[in-house]
Amino acid sequence: MALIGEKGVQRILLVTAFSAMSALLLIALFIVNEGVPFMFRYGIQGFLLSSDWDPSSGTFGIFPMIMASLWVTVGALLVGAPLGIAGAVFLSEFAPRPVMRVVKPAIELLAAIPSVVYGFIGVMVLAPLIREVFGGPGLSVLAASIILGIMILPTVISISIDSILAVPQSYREGSLALGATVWQTVHMVTVRAAKSGIIASVILGLGRAIGETMAVIMVAGNAVKIPDSPLDSVRTLTANIALEMSYATGMHREALFATGVVLFVVIIILNTVASVAMRKRAAKK
Amino acid sequence: MSDNVTAQYKIEIDGLNLFYGQFQALKSVPMSIQERMITALIGPSGCGKSTLLRCLNRMNDLIHGVRVQGSVHLDGIDIYRPAQDVTDLRKRVGMVFQRPNPFPLTVYQNVVYGLRVAGIRHSRSLDEIAERSLRRAWMWDQVKDKLDEPALELPLDQQQRLCIARLLAVQPEVILMDEPCSALDPIATMKVEELMLELKKDYTIIIVTHNMQQAARVSDFTGYMLLGEMIEFSETQVIFTRPTKKLTEDYITGKYG
Repeated sequence: MALIGEKGVQRILLVTAFSAMSALLLIALFIVNEGVPFMFRYGIQGFLLSSDWDPSSGTFGIFPMIMASLWVTVGALLVGAPLGIAGAVFLSEFAPRPVMRVVKPAIELLAAIPSVVYGFIGVMVLAPLIREVFGGPGLSVLAASIILGIMILPTVISISIDSILAVPQSYREGSLALGATVWQTVHMVTVRAAKSGIIASVILGLGRAIGETMAVIMVAGNAVKIPDSPLDSVRTLTANIALEMSYATGMHREALFATGVVLFVVIIILNTVASVAMRKRAAKK
Repeated sequence: MSDNVTAQYKIEIDGLNLFYGQFQALKSVPMSIQERMITALIGPSGCGKSTLLRCLNRMNDLIHGVRVQGSVHLDGIDIYRPAQDVTDLRKRVGMVFQRPNPFPLTVYQNVVYGLRVAGIRHSRSLDEIAERSLRRAWMWDQVKDKLDEPALELPLDQQQRLCIARLLAVQPEVILMDEPCSALDPIATMKVEELMLELKKDYTIIIVTHNMQQAARVSDFTGYMLLGEMIEFSETQVIFTRPTKKLTEDYITGKYG
């Protein structure tokens, strides 16, 4: 340490921090630079709202992919949010503390399972099951929603538990002392007090669901069409980029970058909303 | 113990032991509490007075590893018997906490909380009881135009009176107060004390306090506790003018504590 000195250490850390940040910034700039001019040249409306995606004839309408991402994400929310919130409430308010201390890290570990493994399970187990029970191709909005719903559970559960545990004990005591049952206390006071954190957990899960690619490619079926049933096969925005990038050139390539810009903007908006919700919670305390 | 003997007191505590794990926080405590009187518990920090108070509505049940021995009779019935409905007990024996703890809801929702929990949905009777309770807690005029505002935005002393109002709404028989004025300034404290004297007409009140003057001012009976034991329990006047125990005298004359 004496060799470098206090100032030297500071300078090294400064360079490291800035190179990390500038790498991220450059990626963002690159995507914007590749995608945005195309959007304006092609026409934003035609790009976002047209249903024709045919790169070989030069038509690039991503509306079906937007709808697919929307369906799949909402589906993931319908599966993941109730399960996740209920799980968080149970673990934080009903389960004995030692159980929570073991189960919570175990659930957080689920986030470390590679998405290709989730997708593999979806292909091998879930899709055939859906095909048998409901008909259709099996690889579908429904399959993707269930897989993504499970994949966002760690995010939803972990952040919800943290925000429920942050609710002051005095609220619970006040409620119980008025003759409320534990369940009344949970849904009338505790969950309401933790509301903004729980909402933030769901929004962060949502961001994860929209951005997820590998598992979705494997189970959603990837047909370019606007779904009209949960059993339809769809292609999401992320899947669109991943599937076509290897052979895309020229306009096609730019169109894929523009798709990336759309995703980028949506996720930035979601994360901003989530962090505002979390900050609101912090400010209230 | 026959019910006739215990029923002359509102609450009769006998040989109450309480353990937090290995630590014994209450040692064979006896106490008899008369109806529509204010009973104060005094003693230095950690003497077990709050713990004793929390035995009376079984709030100690919430803490893991607590064991209670002995008996607490409310109107002659043991509240620690297995068949006791704890939520029902807590509706009869309400509690005001050290720090005002209104819920993060509106003023109105706070007042009617206990009623909603008890299953009362009829909005006109909720409105009536809310107004009556807020009047009883001497805060109707201050909050009648703020019923839909967040309770946490009220000044601290109004928050505490809101907590009292929300308790009065469920019409308890006994009110437990755990250092209810420790977060309040002297003027707000005085108002809460006046309120207690007014509420005494209808309720049995037990107050834990750090403040000996407060016990002397408001209470009819005082219990002095030390290290989990009830050293002396008597009429307040007696405790403060001619205590029978040396320990009590030392405490109230300020030799320690």
